[in-house]
Amino acid sequence: MQSLVIVAHGSHLNPESSAPTYAHADTIRASGAFDEVKTGFWKEEPHFREVLRTVEGDDVYVVPLFVSEGYFTEQVIPRELRLEGWDVSEWDSDGLSADQATLVASDVGREVHYCGPVGTHAAMTDVIERRAESVTGDPDVGEGFGLAVVGHGTERNENSAKAIEYHADRIRERGRFDEVRALYMDEDPEVDDLPEFFESDDVVLVPLFIADGYHTQEDIPEDVGLCEDHTEGYDVPETVDGTRIWYAGAVGTEPLMADVILERAADAGADLGDALATVRETTRVAAGD
Amino acid sequence: MSDPESATDSEFVTDPESVTAAESGDEPAVPEIDLPSDAFDAVLDALAGLAPDEWIRFEGFAVGVAGDDRAADADAHYVLEPAGDDSRTGLNERDLHAALADRAPAVTDWYVFERVVGEFGPRRAFLRWIEDADGATVAERYAALAAGIERAWGQLRVIATVTDRGERRYEVRHADDVGVPREELTAHDDPLEAREIVTLDGKGRYRPLKTAPTLRRGWVFPDLGPKELYETVETVYPATIANWHREREGELDVSHWRETMARQSGIYGVIRTWDRGEGHEHVNWVAEACCDDSQCLKRREWEYDEDTDLDVDGGEGVFPCREPCSVVVSAARKWTRLESEQPRTYEFDLTPSEKEQLEEIVDAVADGRTDEIREADTKEGANRYRARFLRAKLFDDAGNLGGVPTDPDDPDDPDDGE
Repeated sequence: MQSLVIVAHGSHLNPESSAPTYAHADTIRASGAFDEVKTGFWKEEPHFREVLRTVEGDDVYVVPLFVSEGYFTEQVIPRELRLEGWDVSEWDSDGLSADQATLVASDVGREVHYCGPVGTHAAMTDVIERRAESVTGDPDVGEGFGLAVVGHGTERNENSAKAIEYHADRIRERGRFDEVRALYMDEDPEVDDLPEFFESDDVVLVPLFIADGYHTQEDIPEDVGLCEDHTEGYDVPETVDGTRIWYAGAVGTEPLMADVILERAADAGADLGDALATVRETTRVAAGD
Repeated sequence: MSDPESATDSEFVTDPESVTAAESGDEPAVPEIDLPSDAFDAVLDALAGLAPDEWIRFEGFAVGVAGDDRAADADAHYVLEPAGDDSRTGLNERDLHAALADRAPAVTDWYVFERVVGEFGPRRAFLRWIEDADGATVAERYAALAAGIERAWGQLRVIATVTDRGERRYEVRHADDVGVPREELTAHDDPLEAREIVTLDGKGRYRPLKTAPTLRRGWVFPDLGPKELYETVETVYPATIANWHREREGELDVSHWRETMARQSGIYGVIRTWDRGEGHEHVNWVAEACCDDSQCLKRREWEYDEDTDLDVDGGEGVFPCREPCSVVVSAARKWTRLESEQPRTYEFDLTPSEKEQLEEIVDAVADGRTDEIREADTKEGANRYRARFLRAKLFDDAGNLGGVPTDPDDPDDPDDGE
């Protein structure tokens, strides 16, 4: 019996934090790829400490719904899941290349496949592009548009910037958008000065965050100048210093994220049948009228 | 063949005569059960997979396959072994169906737990507990299910019933909605819809703790199967069944305060500095603040450490709490910082009623009663007009109680230190 466990941060304060986790779990459930799909959280229930004991299957894939490798994926999750003998060297990663480690979780006395975070998977690049399609309502968006991928800087976690640059580089190489830049909240180049970094009249701004919350709903909109105060709200697009900014909100809310979760499990050996194709199709952006 | 009864400890109850006998007494009647084809097919399947000398054991009887006839695939090779009676051999499929149909309660009971519910420990134990399947006989349970068995799980009320085909059906609703006609409640059938129900409380506020006694009312899952019941309960109260099951098996892995805080890292690593080897009174206060039954329905099983119990009660909950939860850990981080401050002496004057009013305000907030205090009820110390009057009279322009600065070195900042 094949089981998927999606682990995410969650929140004591904001119900939106776990909403994408549940939404992607539902998409994957509907695809039929797993006999069961469970969710576990750091700040909600079931907690990381107790989620594995709710799992019935014996072929278990744990996928962290986090944007980068770092404190949570390397320390907190393995410790709380009680993965015996875990050491970050199990992933043999340069900060972007964690794939999976197979370890016994002493909580249940069974092996689990502990996968790398969704945010550093190559398929995440497609989700960022899909997010741009969603926010513009244009499945062919690209020509005449710039794309800004935004994240924390290195202040909290050096791998955070690596993930942003990785995806920005890949999108740039594809040549779909006229310009692609990686911007940061707490270091240069700063998202506050977004119009200075683009020549295009239209720029899609995609924050590499899992869920909407303080950073994506208050910090970034105010820093970029979409609004003076987040409580005022803003339009999409909103014009700032002559640049039309299409603010996408957290990329993690994009339905195609379910595909990256599946890719992580597939890389770790899960048998998914045609679920990948199904999920890519069912989460597609409809062409506008 | 081995004696099929040697391995069963159940009573003999399932023939039609015993049903009639039960009906004549005060006990509730065992309902008439029609043996459904899926249950009979499952028995045939199981018989086909039996090794020699193996039996399928039901309450009160067992069935098997005569060893000599097995290879020959003879038509009449089934054997029935009633308890305390002579075995019947040479049954063909039709004979077997007739024998099992006469014992439909026991057969459907086997089918429910062996084929529908399945092996997964927590789910199986929970569903058997619902109807006391490890204590009561099939006849007793079917009679009780026909009348409806009610079970409490936190703020949930589960009512288990049985159909005339022996299937279990379950209704789940809020305990405070017991007695409300179903049509007045919003009906759900997908267990995952419970996620919506548990997110916000009755006043629209986010519930960070699923086991807080703030589950909103007004909904019902009127007709769930066994697996759906388990999923619904697990969605409302995650992992509570797994932990309850471990506790029943004597395997609950309790992680006490000391070891839980020692495990913390990052911004929570500071909490371990709150334990200074000077007793555990501070953890008593935490448990009284967060873990009382008025705040959380789990029964706290963790203590200060393995050798040192807390002095406050763990509560009466059905399901256990095996370690300080993330809400407690987050709050403890705040208290670790606040409790590192040294007390100071402040001097200001209050009337006796003003002192009592401050106490009433703290009580009202701590007990979550502020919304209940009516706007014009000025007898209540925590009444809004009363509180505003107190503030107008006693606070200076900087918000200092009694005009006394919190920090004498920084008289303009009443929130110094925060």
